[in-house]
Amino acid sequence: MTESATPLKTLVIGVGNGYRGDDGVGLSVARHLKDQVPSHVKVVEASGETTALMALWEEATVVILIDAVYSGASPGTIHRLDAQQQTTSTNFFRGSTHSFGVAEAIELARVLNQLPPHLLLYGIEAHHFEEGSSLSPEVEAAAKIVVEQILQDLLI
Amino acid sequence: MNTTRTIRVDNLTRVEGEGALYVKIKDDLVENVQLKIYEPPRFFEAFLRGRHYEEVPDITARICGICPIAYQVTAVQAMEDAFGLKVDDQIRALRKLIYCGEWIESHVLHVFMLHAPDFLGYADAIEMAKDHPEIVQRSLQMKKVGNQIVTLLGGREIHPINLRVGGFYKVPEKKDFAQLAERLKWAREAALESVGWAASLPFPNFEQSYEFVALDYPGEYPLNEGRVVSNKGLNIGVHEYDDHFIEEQVPYSNALHARLKERGSYFVGPLARYNLAFERLSPIAKEAARAAGLGATCLNPFQSIIVRAVEILHACDEALRLIDEYEVPNQPSLKVEPRPSIGHSASEAPRGILYHRYELDEQGLILDATIIPPTSQNQSIIEKDLKYFVEQHLNLPKEELTWKCEQAIRNYDPCISCATHFLRLEIERES
Repeated sequence: MTESATPLKTLVIGVGNGYRGDDGVGLSVARHLKDQVPSHVKVVEASGETTALMALWEEATVVILIDAVYSGASPGTIHRLDAQQQTTSTNFFRGSTHSFGVAEAIELARVLNQLPPHLLLYGIEAHHFEEGSSLSPEVEAAAKIVVEQILQDLLI
Repeated sequence: MNTTRTIRVDNLTRVEGEGALYVKIKDDLVENVQLKIYEPPRFFEAFLRGRHYEEVPDITARICGICPIAYQVTAVQAMEDAFGLKVDDQIRALRKLIYCGEWIESHVLHVFMLHAPDFLGYADAIEMAKDHPEIVQRSLQMKKVGNQIVTLLGGREIHPINLRVGGFYKVPEKKDFAQLAERLKWAREAALESVGWAASLPFPNFEQSYEFVALDYPGEYPLNEGRVVSNKGLNIGVHEYDDHFIEEQVPYSNALHARLKERGSYFVGPLARYNLAFERLSPIAKEAARAAGLGATCLNPFQSIIVRAVEILHACDEALRLIDEYEVPNQPSLKVEPRPSIGHSASEAPRGILYHRYELDEQGLILDATIIPPTSQNQSIIEKDLKYFVEQHLNLPKEELTWKCEQAIRNYDPCISCATHFLRLEIERES
């Protein structure tokens, strides 16, 4: 009971499909962070389905979300966005397993006034979404940098 | 004048071959319809070979982010069939209960977020939420109740881990259901209202003659197991599935199309279940369907949105009944002794029949796996619908025709439902 009364709840969500190549990078970042984050931070993995994401972050104050993106930049490019400051393009975040995805969750939550007070997005530019569980080397390297950056974010 | 028009819908997601539609029109007749849908099970069938049977529920659960329970239940039932295990009635009840949770989640997502915007003239749920925030809010709450069931029995919110061959790792106490039952009562009321709301949407006149295929289990609305039956005389055990159904490679897609050997294309999913088992819906769901103007038979796939709403209501009511009658089973799971064998199972995923077949060796390692998802079974029916539908609406402007085609595809809630929002249509005229 005391836990739910904690005023600040920080949630890190790694989004992706671990069997679709670089689409698994969000999950990979989440797994690396799990053992390193402070105790008040919860780290979860998600498929990225819109309504499930909205339910996940419902009670969180600070949310950091990591997903693979495909914007045309070179593989491994790290994009960092503040969802409160700018809208997200549905073509940017690839809804993993062709689901109703991350960008829709953010924009639907914005319409319904359900965005978390702080929502930081990390998009890691993917190289391929072929079937299989391995990450491209550029994407794997970017994942390591994002892990470090998120650990810094969590200190603030 | 000899005129050829081509409608080409290419998806704009980055994964090639994920989903595309091609329609060729010549002299006001639709000459050819080709629907391409990416099918993840193909990869997983190969991936499963050599794996231990205990790993299968977890691996197959990752095939679909929307219906992991369907994959898990079907996989464990197929292994139990292979090893000659028959689970306790209460284990079976818990599996039905978690399956109801998934029906609620999946159907609510499709009805309100993906399909309703088509009928109301919105580009997507985000646009719809601006004008109808209360409907969207309510649907989010309804979906959460389904999620609560899956979390309680599945052990965690995402990628449930509690189901195993022989039963569950851990089973709940009766008292664990108290809060959930209250939420389910609310969801049942919300679902009842939703049936009337769905019935008030505008529907095109559209009916064809279909062969509906669903599972049949005495006294129960199709859910986790049963014989495979149709309205055209099919009535087989799930072991005979491969004798009657065939998966065919089509030249324009890497996906396989399932067909009935005797009669070709067939229809699985909510409409098939409804038409074959209307009398076995829970009384409240049956009553709501009648009040909404649906008879015991519904042949218009656009009205599948009402049928899904009826099934949400049924699933809420069924879940409450299962909770009410629940007794803690004697043991959470049966002892499993692998043996060289072949096991089959079919269950009713939210989108229709999901079939699994596994061949195992004496250590319980997978030698061969076949997974036939509902979407590959509906693929040729969707093509037939589109052919007929486009012929009826040849005079519509390009943009409207595209939208209507997408809506017609979404009647089947294929795995690409959402991706079709990103589809692009091209109509070419040749003379």
